[in-house]
Amino acid sequence: MKVAITSSGNTLKSTLDKRFGRCSFFAIYDTLTEKVEFIPNPNKDAEEGAGPASVQLVASVPVEKIVSGEFGFKIKSLLVELKIQMIVVKDDDKIIEDIIQLLKH
Amino acid sequence: MPGRPKIIRKISVAPVASGFRPYGMAQNAKKKESLFLLYEEYEALRLCDYEKYTQAEASSFMKVSRPTLTRIYMSAREKIAQAFVEGRNIIIEGGKVCFDNEWYSCCSCNCFFNNPAEEKQIEICPLCGSRDIQNYDNLSKEEKGEFTYLGKSGCGRGHCSNKRKRGRMCQKNQEKM
Repeated sequence: MKVAITSSGNTLKSTLDKRFGRCSFFAIYDTLTEKVEFIPNPNKDAEEGAGPASVQLVASVPVEKIVSGEFGFKIKSLLVELKIQMIVVKDDDKIIEDIIQLLKH
Repeated sequence: MPGRPKIIRKISVAPVASGFRPYGMAQNAKKKESLFLLYEEYEALRLCDYEKYTQAEASSFMKVSRPTLTRIYMSAREKIAQAFVEGRNIIIEGGKVCFDNEWYSCCSCNCFFNNPAEEKQIEICPLCGSRDIQNYDNLSKEEKGEFTYLGKSGCGRGHCSNKRKRGRMCQKNQEKM
């Protein structure tokens, strides 16, 4: 199973990006192989519709869970339809490595 | 000019039906467009008329001010009256709302998550695997204060020329669907 984590940089030491649609990178963590892949987000500077475009991007991976700090109002209904679970983490100083450690439970 | 964004209205449960339809219409009656009753209007009507709370109580449940609740409630009654008199279909959808019972919180890693597979009960936290989770509904008020979520889509950003027509879905959202 793959999990997308919104990241502010492309290393494991980067912090979680609070925004979903306009995050800098998506860290795609594979729970089976335990590998992490960083995908740059092309919608980072999009004026509008960054959320739905980012949903399409991560859904094409495909991922089953998304970890982010916040989800915009256009996104929820899309993710519910695609049956992707949203996980909202409120500590914004968490780094990607910490979250992956948590996911390894 | 974009208007002031609407405050998110809390809804406890989604309505059991997605709409209503008149039957036995007179032969010569023209078929009219459906009417969109927003989720928040349904909830206001349910709290005020079905559960028989006062408007002040209902407004605190929905986390809006009392005058705002009155406006939502008034709009609900107007729409229902219009649908009754003109024999229109009622479709319950849209509005700027969020549902309480869809969200869970984990007490050990302090995160929030939803349950995409509604038929299955969630027992462990998807992030840390802890069993110490609870439904968002059961949280205390202080805990709830930390978490706001923008739920069901609706045009609150003033980019939609449809905004004066109450109950219509935002054009931008319609295009995307």
